[in-house]
Amino acid sequence: MTGMMIRNEATVASASWFLASARERLTGILDPGSFVEFLPPSERVRSPHLAQFDLPAAFDDGMIVGRGRLDGRDVLVAAQEGQFMGGTFAEVSGGKLLGLIRAAIADPDLPRSILLLLDSGGVRLQEANAGELAVAEVMRAIVEARSAGVAVVALVGGRAGAFGGAGLTAATCSRIAISEQGRLGVTGPEVIETNQGVEEFDSQDKALVWSVTGGRSRRLIGGADAYAEDTMTGFRAAALALLDSPPPFDLLTLQAEQERLAERHALFGACESAVEMWGILGIADPEAVRDMDDAAFVAIAAGVKGMDHDAR
Amino acid sequence: MITLTLRYTTRAPMPGNARRALVGVVASGNLEVLLERTLPDTECAVEIATPVRGYDEVWTAVLADFVERASPGGLRISINDSGARPDTVALRLMQGARLMEATR
Repeated sequence: MTGMMIRNEATVASASWFLASARERLTGILDPGSFVEFLPPSERVRSPHLAQFDLPAAFDDGMIVGRGRLDGRDVLVAAQEGQFMGGTFAEVSGGKLLGLIRAAIADPDLPRSILLLLDSGGVRLQEANAGELAVAEVMRAIVEARSAGVAVVALVGGRAGAFGGAGLTAATCSRIAISEQGRLGVTGPEVIETNQGVEEFDSQDKALVWSVTGGRSRRLIGGADAYAEDTMTGFRAAALALLDSPPPFDLLTLQAEQERLAERHALFGACESAVEMWGILGIADPEAVRDMDDAAFVAIAAGVKGMDHDAR
Repeated sequence: MITLTLRYTTRAPMPGNARRALVGVVASGNLEVLLERTLPDTECAVEIATPVRGYDEVWTAVLADFVERASPGGLRISINDSGARPDTVALRLMQGARLMEATR
């Protein structure tokens, strides 16, 4: 299969995950030379719809799927390119992701771990029907894969965040890792502002957007299971740690997740801001959470209860 | 969408033995360039897909300059453009050529 390898530029281990392209992230997180791509760009499996809108297609439709090794361990990988059409779910990109997950369900000889490098605003509006279907089918496939004993780990730290269908997809995964720059949610900031008004949510207020949807808040309230430094090595370490401890996928886990979410709602439901939630968690100076460095945040987070759980 | 196809005879084959390379991303002001070593030694074909009209002469000039500098013999080069400036196009082409020059 080496003939199918696409040559990429080398990625420095300390390079920013947030700023990297999807291919740079794959090169940066996997063992050197181990990545083998399925349906590589040379196959030219492109969107059949974008030309109608006078929009350029991409040779991989912004979805890179394949297999590789993570610290010697075989993994399947899928990476969304957030810079192309916002990393959106569409006919081809969705089909590639779905095919990867279904292959893992059908073939027990394939790796029993899937890494999803999410970077997506959700469904591609130009191919909305196909995109919505893809999200629904991907969510079902992830659940079926987990039932079949496959660990599915979402890595969130790209510029598009993980919103809409990508947020829903993340929520079905075994585990989620996120960086400070990562954002996770269903309805994105611009959509909330459009529907509910700027007084409800000002999408231009970056501090507000990150305090609500950003990685630190998600980690503190248990919405993500690992906090990654915004580097290739940071996400590599987080992925490795999470792959070692996927929760069992059974009725007990689902009941625990339901309970956890109900408790979270009872605890934070009346809060007007993220800082208020951080105060309730017992953080002495919650205002400082946004501005401290990663090491200080990890130290503070270590003292917060309820972040780590066997639910999900 | 505009599609342009340009063909060149180069003075030499592209050095190295990398089979394929991909550089860049289809994003505003950017482009992706796929290079494949699939043609006879001194032929080069470039296919460009772009939504921007009226820049055929600029593409022709940038590609002619690239072919002169890199001598990309044997390469089929496919470009998906999203409104990249000529200097960005030139940079991506040279990045691609550098990757194809690799030997292993």
